[in-house]
Amino acid sequence: MQTATQYTLENLGEDAGTARLALSGHLTLAHIGPLEHDLRQIAGPIGTIDLKDVEEIDTVGAYVVCRIAREHDSDITGASPAAERLLAAVRGLDEGGDIRAPRSPVWERVPAALGEKIYGARRGVSGVVGFFGQILIGGASVLRHPRRFPVKALVHQMELVGVSALPIIGLMSFLIGIVIAQQGSVQLQQFGAESLTVNLVGRITLRELGVLMTAIMVAGRSGSAFAAQIGTMKLTEEIDAMRTIGISPIEVLVIPRILAATFMMLLLGFYASVMAIIGGAVVGDATLGIPFITFLLRIQEVVPTHDLWVGLIKAPVFGLIVALAGCYHGMQVEGNSEEIGRRTTMAVVSAIFAVIVIDAFFAVFFTEIGWG
Amino acid sequence: MRMNEHPDHAGPAIVVEGLVNSFGDFAVHDGLDLTVKRGEILGVVGGSGTGKSVLMRSIIGLQRPQEGRIEVLGADLSDQDPNGETGIRSRWGVLFQGGALFSTLTVGENVEVPIKQFYPDLDPALRAEIARYKVILSGLPQSAVAKYPSELSGGMKKRAGLARALALDPELLFLDEPTAGLDPIGAAKFDRLTRELKETLGLTVFLITHDLDTLYEICDRVAVIAEKKIIAVGTIPELIATGHPWIEEYFGGPRGRSAHDAHLRGEA
Repeated sequence: MQTATQYTLENLGEDAGTARLALSGHLTLAHIGPLEHDLRQIAGPIGTIDLKDVEEIDTVGAYVVCRIAREHDSDITGASPAAERLLAAVRGLDEGGDIRAPRSPVWERVPAALGEKIYGARRGVSGVVGFFGQILIGGASVLRHPRRFPVKALVHQMELVGVSALPIIGLMSFLIGIVIAQQGSVQLQQFGAESLTVNLVGRITLRELGVLMTAIMVAGRSGSAFAAQIGTMKLTEEIDAMRTIGISPIEVLVIPRILAATFMMLLLGFYASVMAIIGGAVVGDATLGIPFITFLLRIQEVVPTHDLWVGLIKAPVFGLIVALAGCYHGMQVEGNSEEIGRRTTMAVVSAIFAVIVIDAFFAVFFTEIGWG
Repeated sequence: MRMNEHPDHAGPAIVVEGLVNSFGDFAVHDGLDLTVKRGEILGVVGGSGTGKSVLMRSIIGLQRPQEGRIEVLGADLSDQDPNGETGIRSRWGVLFQGGALFSTLTVGENVEVPIKQFYPDLDPALRAEIARYKVILSGLPQSAVAKYPSELSGGMKKRAGLARALALDPELLFLDEPTAGLDPIGAAKFDRLTRELKETLGLTVFLITHDLDTLYEICDRVAVIAEKKIIAVGTIPELIATGHPWIEEYFGGPRGRSAHDAHLRGEA
């Protein structure tokens, strides 16, 4: 037998203060929602609240009763001993502030956010410079104590950054080679110069695209992983534990990752260029009537050696930037798990942005020194 | 917690029969039986790695046992869909060791989460009020309600976790080492709070602990896990009377004796 959760309000006398609110049924979290909504609408003073017909009550019910009693300054009658205990437990807890974190109005928040960004940028610059300094100091100490250097970690990172990236980077570069050759040949055919497709593919992949696309891929694969791994270690106090034992996290975590990314980027960049040229050669063979081997031999003739050097010089620099961004943002993680996600995103975005900016500088520089 | 008796309020709170849990070749539990009575605080003790937490995880459905029957508040959980037990899940609360608070929400919002999950139609204003009084009921100051977990100390996180466990006015409360890592004053306060809540709200408490003071002060009965089974359940004098070597070492060691003395002094 369940009684509906409801209330009746009766006025016993002319005096408004004697109104009696009788509650019945289940004053529990599962049933109180609609009742509480109705009770809020009652304007008039309530003299007594009668709990005689209440079948079931929990702290939520007791809390609501207490709040009404306080708002209307009314007495509570008919409560069972158990209800009495609950009422006593929650009495006086019905006043107080908000459960949300405090939030200031928009006109304060926007300038505050802007100011924080500017200060953040300044802190970021000094932080990056400081981080770079720490790495130099760490590098010097590695040179002084070469036996302490974690060779295993370095090899492991090389495998993660380089070897396991081979399939995806190979496929990506191969497809890019195909696209360049196919799209380029369509344009060059208008001048009857489709044989120049070889020059196009060879020069653009070795100089620019092979290395640039690889850097973007490594930033997404490994830069993000660096930030997330180091960030998690920071949250679980592993980094602090290392420091207390006297191990420098820069030496065991950051330097192996930076060396691995720098060195593997060099190899991956070259590998990507080779795969792109193979992709171009496949298109040449299939649609332009240039035999596969001829395409490769022509590359040797039409691409100047300094194009290869341009790519090989840029690749390790890009790798360094990607690894620095990943490790730096990982080390900046503080507080909660949301921060790891934010820092990982920042690591990838800032790495790709920096790579493209530096690439523009390189383009101007190499043209100026006559390697155009 | 509730005043009147439902039909299913009569039986024991938890019944575990013939529980078998193993990880690979290593058996943690082999034919474990345990009954938790309604309205008692049952302490579970055992050496490290004897499967106290695994037992709790099996009961609350986070760990699927290989064999055995588990009945909680009259409902058989052995062959139910782990994601479908919403009815029973609203009747228990769990406090994990580290508090396990959601780090991107404030303490108050953490308490709101289970209420929102089970009663989405509840008025948001009332929901926020409920969350606030639960936090204060768990012994945290008003100022802690709008703080993020990362701004709290370890002891405060446990209290905040307790507030979330109590969010739905559960009948059954699981506490995993609630006093571990607290200072003695904080631990004693937490014990008192557990006892008070149990008495006012009529809770049944399943409590895993290493804290001998907690066992002496607030537990009605203590269950001992060893040799992949519950080897004894009872009050502490009853346990010591069994004469089992591990139990004797546990309660008869220097820590056990001093906790016992402290308990006697407290009663005198």
